Amino acid sequence: MHIELENVRKSFGPKHVLNGLSLKVEKGKSLVVIGGSGTGKSVMLKCILGILQPDSGSIKIAGENAVGLRGEARDKFLARFGMLFQGGALFDSISVWENVAFGLMQGRHTPRAKAREIAMEKLVLVGLSADVGKLYPAELSGGMQKRVGLARAIAADPEIIFFDEPTTGLDPIMADVINNLIVDCVKRLGATTISITHDMASARKIADDIAMIYKGEIIWQGPAKMIDRSGNPYVDQFILGRADGPIKMDVLKA
Amino acid sequence: MNFSPIWAIGITAATLVTNREVPLNIIAAIGRLFLLFCAEVGRVALFLKDALTQGLTPRYYFSQMALQFFRVGYTSLPVVALTSFFTGGALALQIYTGSSPATAGQLVPSIVAIGITRELGPVLAGLMVAGRVGASIAAELGTMRVTEQTDALVTLSTNPFKYLVGPRLLAAVVSLPLLVAIGDTIGIMGGYIVGTRSLGFNGFSYIKTTVDQLHFDDISSGLIKAAVFGFIIALMGCYHGFNSKGGAQGVGRATTSAVVSSAIMILAANFALTSLLFGKH
Repeated sequence: MHIELENVRKSFGPKHVLNGLSLKVEKGKSLVVIGGSGTGKSVMLKCILGILQPDSGSIKIAGENAVGLRGEARDKFLARFGMLFQGGALFDSISVWENVAFGLMQGRHTPRAKAREIAMEKLVLVGLSADVGKLYPAELSGGMQKRVGLARAIAADPEIIFFDEPTTGLDPIMADVINNLIVDCVKRLGATTISITHDMASARKIADDIAMIYKGEIIWQGPAKMIDRSGNPYVDQFILGRADGPIKMDVLKA
Repeated sequence: MNFSPIWAIGITAATLVTNREVPLNIIAAIGRLFLLFCAEVGRVALFLKDALTQGLTPRYYFSQMALQFFRVGYTSLPVVALTSFFTGGALALQIYTGSSPATAGQLVPSIVAIGITRELGPVLAGLMVAGRVGASIAAELGTMRVTEQTDALVTLSTNPFKYLVGPRLLAAVVSLPLLVAIGDTIGIMGGYIVGTRSLGFNGFSYIKTTVDQLHFDDISSGLIKAAVFGFIIALMGCYHGFNSKGGAQGVGRATTSAVVSSAIMILAANFALTSLLFGKH
C-alpha cells in the first residue's frame, strides 16, 4: 500500500471532523473521495500532509510513519507530494513561471535558469503557452489559474499528488479539460493520487477507485465502475443528487 | 467558543438589562475576559516560540529579507520623517511657552533633543510603522492564509515560518532603529527650525546646546526601544495574519487586531523600558 490511513481522528474543540477514518491507496492508483461539504475531506488531506496533526490513528506513506515528522525528515517527506488547491492558491506576488518553479527553486535548490526551463515545459504540458509564464496570477482566468496550479503540483515530479476539488467553479468544458489533464499527467508520472470532489462527472473520469466520506468516516470504497451498484443508500443518494435519503442536510425549514 | 472581548462586553451588557443578578454577572464578565486574555497570551507565546525556533534558524531566504527590509524600512521613511519633523517643531513651541525668557535658550534645545531621542522618536515611529507595516503584514499573510497560499508553501517544501515570518521579524528589528535614528535627526532639526525662525534663537548656540546636552545614552536607549517595537510590530502582524479565518471579514479583523494590539504593546513596552533604562536604581 502506498498510502494507508488507519482509524484517524481529528477534532476541533467539540467538533469531531474525522471519526476513525481508514483508507488505503495502492501505488500508481487514483482514488477519488466523494462527499458533501464539511464532511472532513480537506481535513483528511491536511492531516496526511502534516499541516494538521491528527489526534490519534496512524498515517503511513509507503509503510513509513507520517505523523509528527520534524525538521529534515519532514522536508524529505513533503518533497514526495504535490497538491492542486481548490482556489489554485497561486502566490500572487510572483509571476506564473516562478509559481510553477517555486518548489524546484526553494525546496530543491534547482538553479533559476534550469527551473525556468522546467516550468515552461510544464506549462506547455497543461496546455498553456510559454508566454503565460511572464504574466501574474491575477491576470489569468479561473481555468488558467487551475492549470497553472496543476503545473505547479507536477513540477517536481512528485510520487503522490492531491487534488482538492479540481473542477469546482469551472464551466463543464473547462472541467473536462482539467480532468483530461489530470489523467494524462498522472499516467505520465505514474503517481499515486487522492482527489476530493463532489463533481461526479469528474470522479468517474479520473478515478480507479472511489471512496465516500460521511461524517468523518469512509462508509464505502470500491472500484469506480462499481459506484452505480454499490448497494449503499448513502452513495446512491449522493451520486444521484437527491435531497431525500439517509443523508440529512442541516437545513432549517421555514 | 471564540468570543472576542468586545462581544463578551456586549453580551454581558445585554444580560445586565434583563437579569437581576447583576453583581454576579459583572464578575462572570470580568472572569470571561480574563480567561480570553490568558488564552490569547498563550497562543501568542506558542507562536513566538515557533517564530524564534523555526523562523530565525536556517535556512534563510535572503531575497525575502531584502524585499521586506525595503518594504518595512525604506518605504516608511517619509511617514517617520514627517512625524518627527512636526513633533520636534511643536515640542519647541510648547517648551518655549513653559519656560522663562532667561532659561528658554537652554531649555528648548535640550528638552527637544532629549524628548525626541528618548521617548517621542521611538514611540511615534513605532506607532506610525505599526499602522503602516503591521497592518500590511497582517493583511498580506491573512490573505495568504485564507486563500491557502500558506498551505501551498508547505506542499512546496517551504516552511512558512522561515519564508514569511523570519524575514519580516528581522527586517522590522533592523530597520526600526535605523528609521528612528533618521527620525531623531529630523525631529531635532524641526525644533531647530522653529527655534531659529519663529522663536528668535541663535542657530549656532542652539546646536551647541543640543550637542552639549545630548548624551550617547539618550540616543542608544531610543534605538533599543525601536528594535523592541519593531519586533512587536512584525510579531503581531504575523500572528494575526496567520490566525485569520474566513474571508475578507476575517482578514479585516486580523488587520485591526494587529494594529491595535501592537500599538498597545508598544506603549506598554515603552513604559517598561523607560523604567528599566532610566528608573531609579
